[in-house]
Amino acid sequence: MTRQAVAAGVSALALLAGTPALAEIRIGASLAITGPAAFLGDPEAKTLEMLAEELNANGGINGEEVELIVYDDGADPNKARTFATRLIEEDEVVAVIGGSSTGATMAMAPLFADYEIPFISLAGAVVIIDPVQEFVFKTPHTDRMACEKIFADITSRGMSKVGLISGTGGFGASMREQCLDVAEASGVEIVADESYGGSDSDMTPQLTNIASTEGIEAIVNPGFGQGPAVVTRNYAQLGIELPFYQSHGVASDEFIKLAGDAANGLRLPATPLLIPDQLAEDDPQRQPVQDYIAAYEEAYGEKPSTFGGYAYDAFHLLVDAIERAGSTDPVEIRDALEATEGLAGVTGVYSFSPEDHMGLDLSAFRILEIEDGGWKPVEE
Amino acid sequence: MSELSQFLVSGVTVGAIYAAIALGFTLIYNASGVVNFAQGEFVVIGGMTAAALIGAGVPVWIAAPLAVFAGMLVGVVLYQLAIKPAREAPLVSLIIITIGASIFLRGAMQAVFDKQIHRYDGFSGDAPLRVGGATILPQSLWIVGGSIAVFAFLAWFLNRTRAGRGIKATASNRMAAALVGINTGRAMNLSFALSAAIGALAGVLATPVTFTSYDVGVLMALKGFSATMLGGVGSPLGALAGGLLIGLIEAMTAGYISSDYKDASAFVVILLVLFLRPQGLFGARITERV
Repeated sequence: MTRQAVAAGVSALALLAGTPALAEIRIGASLAITGPAAFLGDPEAKTLEMLAEELNANGGINGEEVELIVYDDGADPNKARTFATRLIEEDEVVAVIGGSSTGATMAMAPLFADYEIPFISLAGAVVIIDPVQEFVFKTPHTDRMACEKIFADITSRGMSKVGLISGTGGFGASMREQCLDVAEASGVEIVADESYGGSDSDMTPQLTNIASTEGIEAIVNPGFGQGPAVVTRNYAQLGIELPFYQSHGVASDEFIKLAGDAANGLRLPATPLLIPDQLAEDDPQRQPVQDYIAAYEEAYGEKPSTFGGYAYDAFHLLVDAIERAGSTDPVEIRDALEATEGLAGVTGVYSFSPEDHMGLDLSAFRILEIEDGGWKPVEE
Repeated sequence: MSELSQFLVSGVTVGAIYAAIALGFTLIYNASGVVNFAQGEFVVIGGMTAAALIGAGVPVWIAAPLAVFAGMLVGVVLYQLAIKPAREAPLVSLIIITIGASIFLRGAMQAVFDKQIHRYDGFSGDAPLRVGGATILPQSLWIVGGSIAVFAFLAWFLNRTRAGRGIKATASNRMAAALVGINTGRAMNLSFALSAAIGALAGVLATPVTFTSYDVGVLMALKGFSATMLGGVGSPLGALAGGLLIGLIEAMTAGYISSDYKDASAFVVILLVLFLRPQGLFGARITERV
């Protein structure tokens, strides 16, 4: 139940007391700031607050201040729906960012069609934008794209027989399904398919079985949290030599720290956020990535995460749409949002269309290899 | 053949972790009949404290005992503040208090430490050892050794020392124990302190292999509790055997049948054992006199 009026906005208004009050654009957010998905919601909320403060300090949107209203839904779909209703009816917001988790997003989504308010989700699953819902957009790429990207890299190395070892949690299970689904179209054959529980501490039996599968050429580990780090350590423990792929779910410096030397040589699809200094000078994402990292580090004294990046992109997409719409009418904002063309964010370059409310293609993912405990882009 | 030995190594490693957690349950149960649902949190306190200290540059041989001590301290405070004031309450109320304590401790750990996953290097490095066709981490040997040491200590302490026998007497009949001169309050206090210390030790030993974060206690306690039930509540030998057995069943199922049925097969075995031998493999049959 955090209703956080932006501090700067409040103090700026206090300073301006006496002059006519500025009109306000209200933007709502319902995020999992605490609870099981706090690692998503916490950086997302911090990012939004930082951006709103920065925007108001620079004069707001078309001269109007932005008021950010953030609620903490703890990744609970029921709460998320309640907060979405409150944001729309009581707080009278013009747009909503949020849903750190797919569950919360899907619980809120129907409301936005009813009230005709644009909504940008920060959750991963493909069901959010497929089929397309008129008022629902999202910024993260899907697990399906991650599978396609990984398989493209595997086939480009002349391999095709892949073993999967997936976590049984929501992320791992969903990505496993998507990988099985796109395997054939990507020219890849899944020859082994093992799983592990989220809190398991030893996956050597599964890896032993995968490694001894006839003809296997590469191993992919869709998973999230500590599981992939354990798998990576077990992989090194067993001395397996096959090319090893992790998912975008563990694309963070934390993962390298947890997996240690065992992580060297493995590859994963990730956003350019991990390699700010290795992006080409003419890369459209170089500027936003470096801006975001610098601002976040200054505001919070820590590195931003991939998840915070989703919120960064959502906020910029929304501000851009409101500026182009030249209006605070939710429907006009939605129309402008759908017309977004080539907006470079930290996750990728967004171009929405009536058929595509995610707006990213496979180029948003970069295949990175871990080398000496750091990230190195793999030339394509 | 090398596959079988790898599965065995995996089973023993995981089983020893379960056993170390299960051993923590036995002492408090022996003293009070209470199943302490905050036991998993002691494991996490041990792991998180050690991780925080080692992260701050404290050498591991100082950090590890300090972390065990921190766990013990929390155990004593838990007893003094939550259990002792309610000690006349029925057993069920005490068990519910431990559930509340576990939720409170989880929240407190988010505030005191953080929400990140933590790990530190194994005590004897992370280079795997080759045994036959299998590989084993040196830390696994620490965990196995630690579990056996705790088991031996408990077996000796509960049966051979005055304080240990006092704890058992307190559990059996608190009033009678008090009448023959046993300080039952002190026995309870001691059992909470030692249980928490054993839990924290399990956390300190297991963290290089399992990792730790503020919320893993529940799942750890669940597996440890299953091991306790399988082996027989209150029996140190049962906790050790139960833990190893569950670890081995999981590894063999994952290796030979399917990793999807790993957890299920362990629970099926537990159910079967409880049907046929409700007191567990090594539990003493308790006869209630009316």
